[in-house]
Amino acid sequence: MSVTILYFAWLRERIGLPRETVETSATTVTELVEELRTREERYALAFSDLKAVRVALDQELSDFDAPLAGVREVAFFPPMTGG
Amino acid sequence: MAIRVQAEPFDYGAECNAFAQRVDGAGAVVTFCGIVRDNEGRLQGMEIEHYPGMTERALSAIEDEARQRWSLADALIVHRFGPLAPGEMIMMVATASRHRADAFAAAEFLMDYLKSRAPFWKKEHSADGESWVEARDVDEEALKRW
Repeated sequence: MSVTILYFAWLRERIGLPRETVETSATTVTELVEELRTREERYALAFSDLKAVRVALDQELSDFDAPLAGVREVAFFPPMTGG
Repeated sequence: MAIRVQAEPFDYGAECNAFAQRVDGAGAVVTFCGIVRDNEGRLQGMEIEHYPGMTERALSAIEDEARQRWSLADALIVHRFGPLAPGEMIMMVATASRHRADAFAAAEFLMDYLKSRAPFWKKEHSADGESWVEARDVDEEALKRW
């Protein structure tokens, strides 16, 4: 399936792009991250410590165990610092 | 109820006055605004990034939650993004209720939640370079009291 992936803050900087569309057979966020990690060093670096990464599926906060079925937009970002 | 996510500055005094004048049947209004600290003069500027779409959804969800917990006549959240200079206002919340306890509690709740549950990220620019502001444990801890 095809999903749009968005990156924010230092994840965007480390990976070098704000968004991309990927073809994936991953069934969970964790599997998607594994696929990305094996693509290139910059992805491996960005996802080296998942404790520092949050994920949203179709603009709702989620977690790494969550299934990807039906999801169109995945976003990765560091813990939020609003206010 | 209103949520605004914008790059341009807002007039805090005018927002507070307009809010207080339009609330119907409320006896209490609480307002708060956050300002870019200059870190003893070291900070040159700040850049706020956000996730358009999710930001509005997250703020709406937080506001809905506040309305379920307290009896609010009205609420307002304004949050800026883009480049900001030290001393500039970053965001504001306003709450209105019949009696003050609800408005105070709801304003604190909105602040606590939007700090760590709304998708904003701050980057600081100083003479030493630039760095992303890290989330603080105390901000995550603050959610537990609700």
